Amino acid sequence: MLRYSLRRLLGAIPTLFVLVAFAFLLIRLAPGGPFDTERHLQPEVEANLRAAYHLDEPLYRQFARYLGGLLHGDFGPSFQYRDYSVTELIATGLPVSLKLGGAAMLLALVVGVAAGCLAALKQNRAADFGVMAVSMTGISIPNFVMAPILILGFAIYLHWLPAGGLGDGSLRNLVLPVIALALPQIAYLARLTRGSMIEVLRSNFVRTAKAQGLPMWRILLRHALKPALLPVVSYLGPATAAVITGSVVIEQIFGVPGLGRFFVTGALNRDYTLVLGVVVLYGALIIVFNFLVDLAYAWLDPKVKYR
Amino acid sequence: MIGAGASATVASAPRSRSLWLDAWRTLAHNRAAVLGGVVILGMAVFVIVGPWVSPYAFDFTDFAHVATAPSIATGHILGTDTLGRDLYVRVLYGGRISLLIGVVATAVSLVIGVTYGSIAGYFGGRLDAFLMRVVDILYALPFMFLVILLMVFFGRNILLIFIALGAINWLDMARIVRGQTLSLKHREFVEAAEAQGVSSFAIIRRHIVPNLLGIVAVYVTLTIPQVILVESFLSFLGLGVQEPMTSWGALVHDGADQLENAPWMLIVPAVFLAATLFSFNFLGDGVRDALDPKDR
Repeated sequence: MLRYSLRRLLGAIPTLFVLVAFAFLLIRLAPGGPFDTERHLQPEVEANLRAAYHLDEPLYRQFARYLGGLLHGDFGPSFQYRDYSVTELIATGLPVSLKLGGAAMLLALVVGVAAGCLAALKQNRAADFGVMAVSMTGISIPNFVMAPILILGFAIYLHWLPAGGLGDGSLRNLVLPVIALALPQIAYLARLTRGSMIEVLRSNFVRTAKAQGLPMWRILLRHALKPALLPVVSYLGPATAAVITGSVVIEQIFGVPGLGRFFVTGALNRDYTLVLGVVVLYGALIIVFNFLVDLAYAWLDPKVKYR
Repeated sequence: MIGAGASATVASAPRSRSLWLDAWRTLAHNRAAVLGGVVILGMAVFVIVGPWVSPYAFDFTDFAHVATAPSIATGHILGTDTLGRDLYVRVLYGGRISLLIGVVATAVSLVIGVTYGSIAGYFGGRLDAFLMRVVDILYALPFMFLVILLMVFFGRNILLIFIALGAINWLDMARIVRGQTLSLKHREFVEAAEAQGVSSFAIIRRHIVPNLLGIVAVYVTLTIPQVILVESFLSFLGLGVQEPMTSWGALVHDGADQLENAPWMLIVPAVFLAATLFSFNFLGDGVRDALDPKDR
C-alpha cells in the first residue's frame, strides 16, 4: 500500500510539471503584456519595470526562477495588485473557495447518493421516475443558467436569501452559491449511484441477506452501499475538477470573493503571475484529489491490487 | 474520408448491416430518444429558417422598443434586449453559433481521437505505451483553465474556439477507440488483410475505422452537448463569440445582468439551451443503449 501510494505520488510530479510549463509558455507567448495599459510608459521606465520583474531575462531563466519559487511556496509578485504577492492574494481567496467548493461537494455526495439509492430501491416506480427526471434536468441545465434562476426565485421574488456577496460572512450567504454549484453534481451522482446500486441489489449476497430476513435499510447500509459506491468514488476526481471550474462562474455571479474572481480579473488584466498561480494551484488541487481518489478506490475495492 | 469508407463497408457486408438495423430498431422504440432526435432536428431547421421570417436583423436596434417584454403587438414576439434588439432573431442566431460549434468542435475531436486511438491500438508496443502516457498526463490537466487562457490571450476568434474545444475533447475518444482497436486487430479479417500485404495505414482506414463507427457514434452524441455547454460557459464569461454576434451562453450572460428588469432576457435563451442539451442527452442515452457493445 505504501509503495503504491509513493509510486502514484511520484507519477503526479511530471503531470504537475507539464501543467506549469504549459501554462507558463501559453501566457508568455501571448501577445500583449501587463504594462501596456491605458497610458504609455516612458521606455526607460518600462525597461526598469521589466528588469524589476525579471521579464528581460531569457524565457528559460524566468521559468527556472518561477519553478524555484514554487518549491518554496512563492508564486511571485502580482503585476496588478502592486503591493501584494500572489501568495498573499491566494491566501485571502483560497479559504473562501475551499469552503464553497467543499460544502458543494459534500452536499452533492450526500444528496446525490441518497437520491440514487432511493431511485434504485423503487426502480421503475414513481419515486424513481421523479428522481431521474429531476436529475436529467440538473444535468441539462448548466450551473450558470441555474444560478441566476435561483437568484430570481429565492432572492428577488421570495426574499428568503441574499442575492450575492458574503455579507457578514454568515451561512445564509453561501446557501444559494453552494446549491447552484452542487446541483449538476447531485444530478450526475444520483444517476451513477442508481445504476450501480440496481446492479448490486441483483447480486447473490443481497438475495441471501433478504432471505435471512434483514430489513431493507440494513441490507442497503451494511452490504450493498460499499460495492455500489465504487463508480461514485472513481467519478469524484472529475467531479472535483467540475466543481472547481464551476466555482469560477458561480463566484462571479454571486460576487463571492474567492480564487475564481482572481482568475478572471487576472486573466483580463494580463496579471501573468496571478493567473499562473491560480491555474497551478487549481491544477495541483485536482491532481492531489485524483491521487486521494485512487487510494480510496484501492482501499474500497478488494479486486484492485496495488503493485 | 471516414464517412465514405464506412458506408461502402456497411453496404457490402450483410452482418454489419443487421447490426445497424438492430440498433435503429432499438433506438426507434426508445420514446425519449426519438423525441430528443426530433427536437434536435426541429431546432436545427428552426435556427436556420427562423430568422428569415422575421423582419429584424440580429443587430438591428429598435429605439421605440428597448427592453420590452415579449408581445405580439410590438412585433417582438420574444421581447427585446437593453439595446432594443429583437430577442427572437438573436436567440436563433445564437443557436446557429452554438449548434455549429457543437458539431464542428466534435468533428475536430473525432478526427484527432480516432486517428490517435487507432494508431496507438493498432501498432501497440512502445508507441502505444508512449501515446497513452501522453493522454494520461493531458487527462490530469485542468483544460478548462488553459482554454480560458487561450481565449484571453489570443483573442476571441471563432476558429480558435472550434479548435480549442475540439482539442480538449479528443482524449476520451482516443481512449475508447484504442481499446476497441486492440480487440479488433486480432480478428480474422484484419489478419487476412495483413497476410495479403495491405499496408498498416490502409488496414486502419479500411478495416479498423469502419468497425469503430458504432462506439464512435455513441460518443459523438454525448460530446456535442458537452461542447455546446463549454462554449456557453466561455461565452458566459465573455470569452466566446464577440458582439454583435452572439451565442446562447452570451445571451444567458446578458440576461443574468438584467435579471430584475427584464427576466425574459434570461428565460428565453435558457429555455433554448436547456431544451437542446436535454434532447442531446436523451438521444445520447438512447444511442448508447442501441449501439454500445458493452450492453449486449
